[in-house]
Amino acid sequence: MDKFRTLTSTIVPLPIENVDTDQIIPARFLKATSKDGFGDNLFRDWRYDKQGNPIKDFVLNDPTYKGEILVAGKNFGSGSSREHAAWAVAGYGFKVVVSSFFADIFRNNAMNNFVLPVVVSDSFLSEIFASVKSDSAMTLTVDLEKQTVTNNHTGKSESFSINGYKRECFLKGLDDIDYLLSKKDKIEEYEKGKSLL
Amino acid sequence: MNTLFDKIWDAHVVTKLEDGPTQLYIDRLYCHEVTSPQAFEGLRKRGLDVFRPAQVCCMPDHNIPTLHQDKPIVDPVSKKQVDTLDKNAKDFGVQYFPIGNAKNGIIHVVGPEYGLSLPGMTMVCGDSHTSTHGAMGAVAFGIGTSEVEMVLATQCVFQTKPKTMRIRFEGKLKAGVLAKDMALYMISKMTTGGATGYFVEYAGEAVRALSMEGRMTLCNLSIEMGARGGLVAPDETTFAYVKGREFAPVGEAWDKAVAYWKTLKSDGDALFDKEILFDASEIEPMVTYGTNPGMGMGVSSSVPSIEEMEESGRASFAKSLDYMGFKSGEKLMGKPIDYVFLGSCTNGRIEDFRVFADFVKGKKKADGIVVWLVPGSWAVDRQIRQEGLDKVLNEAGFELRQPGCSACLAMNEDKVPAGKYAVSTSNRNFEGRQGPGARTILAGPLVAAAAAVTGKITDPRML
Ligand code: SF4
Repeated sequence: MDKFRTLTSTIVPLPIENVDTDQIIPARFLKATSKDGFGDNLFRDWRYDKQGNPIKDFVLNDPTYKGEILVAGKNFGSGSSREHAAWAVAGYGFKVVVSSFFADIFRNNAMNNFVLPVVVSDSFLSEIFASVKSDSAMTLTVDLEKQTVTNNHTGKSESFSINGYKRECFLKGLDDIDYLLSKKDKIEEYEKGKSLL
Repeated sequence: MNTLFDKIWDAHVVTKLEDGPTQLYIDRLYCHEVTSPQAFEGLRKRGLDVFRPAQVCCMPDHNIPTLHQDKPIVDPVSKKQVDTLDKNAKDFGVQYFPIGNAKNGIIHVVGPEYGLSLPGMTMVCGDSHTSTHGAMGAVAFGIGTSEVEMVLATQCVFQTKPKTMRIRFEGKLKAGVLAKDMALYMISKMTTGGATGYFVEYAGEAVRALSMEGRMTLCNLSIEMGARGGLVAPDETTFAYVKGREFAPVGEAWDKAVAYWKTLKSDGDALFDKEILFDASEIEPMVTYGTNPGMGMGVSSSVPSIEEMEESGRASFAKSLDYMGFKSGEKLMGKPIDYVFLGSCTNGRIEDFRVFADFVKGKKKADGIVVWLVPGSWAVDRQIRQEGLDKVLNEAGFELRQPGCSACLAMNEDKVPAGKYAVSTSNRNFEGRQGPGARTILAGPLVAAAAAVTGKITDPRML
């Protein structure tokens, strides 16, 4: 996997709260048996009408906004545990999602697919939405080493948290399975202890 | 001074990474056809076997038709997912209940039915409603497909330990109020994100009084307020339910297990990160009026008015009501509906069918509405027939379909058409959940039964 250190990008704003996984990727697109192609159906029912024509005023169809950072309203990714939602976000080309609150499972799934969820305060989030309204070309900078996110329009920064282990995984491009496989002896030891109970 | 959750969690910690997550041992992994293919494929790519195949149980449930299950699945993409699970289960030698098998059904209904889900266990599945199994007095939660792959490969997942919350329902439920109403009431108070980051223990008089089916319904909906999972301390109700089930321990092992299970409760001085108290006697039969499960109210109440909403939530609220075709401040009682769905891992158990059948007995299905009665598993179907409930239902003009997830997420043919209203006993009323444009009103099996015989949103206590 690609390593992640810092990213400066224009943003795609989605100032809607409680965006659930059924909106991110509707259930009828869950039938694939590989991880590819989900980006095409990200926000499918907001993005295309019943005939499959793009809905003009939806942000992904608006050429004014593009970039590798999705900025979404509070409580992003609630609902189902489908990792397809994370594949869709990743597949579309987002590397970072910024919100003031993420549903737990989505957050894990995003990280397992090297999409970095960045939690900011409600006020910082509103400011981003205000900035992008006045300047659609504004950028955010996410610095994983320093754990800061900067609104380059206002110059304001905020720090975000991520546990040390996951941070290492992102910085080095490693995944959890590699790590777990290296710990098989520990697992077998645990199982032995358990059967004696 | 440990909570029940701490006790089970701590007993499953393999290691804790410094400034990182815990490596947690998983006793049982459940897999269905939608969230597992990429995980099995990942194993193949890495050249790995399933580490503990005896602890993995798979079954297709999401895509399967609810009619003519003996015939091949018509939709080619659904068929491919189910065939892929068939192949994966065979290739990797895990426990498998295929379509048509007497043990097939919705995973979260089947697991407890056969004693695969037991008190004190850790259980995961690539499915958020895995929280259902917490009713056994276990730690059960949904995971993503990458994590399914981790468990297949190592029987472990990485998890950050959630915070603990206790929700107590004191007092007694009123007549005509069910576990589903408790859950919808709770979510309406907590909101859909109100328990994010927490694992919830349900306690109090009204929870103790619930049957195992009722506890499963309550734990099932934990995820709808954002909780990682929910659980209920095991007690005599639990032991009586588990005893004699096919994969439950027997003989000496049973005695040993029960002795251990009896230690599984929160200590008297246990500290929770958060405590919530509800008065069970306040709860009315519930319905939802919006497009998330937190938008619920007593069936005879009025939709909240937009002015009551916080500024930041008004746009979403208006969007939601617009989708539902409801107006701010209006009453929903008496509104005509088009579909009724009884089923899902929330309310597809024998008790739900008993409640529904008992209510419609001697009445008739309303004209012009479509009613889908979908048992959660073949075991539920068998019991329905054994108890003669199928006859009662038939006489009232209803027919049973075959088990599966069905209209809960409409991955098979059971889709509610755009713009139509469905009173549904499932768990999610998200936009398009039951079919593109479908309008879902979540409710318990009694409100569903009342809607099925009147064709309208009805308070079942009025009939
Ligand atoms: S019944 Fe619905 S919620 Fe339950 S597992 Fe199936 S699709 Fe998911």
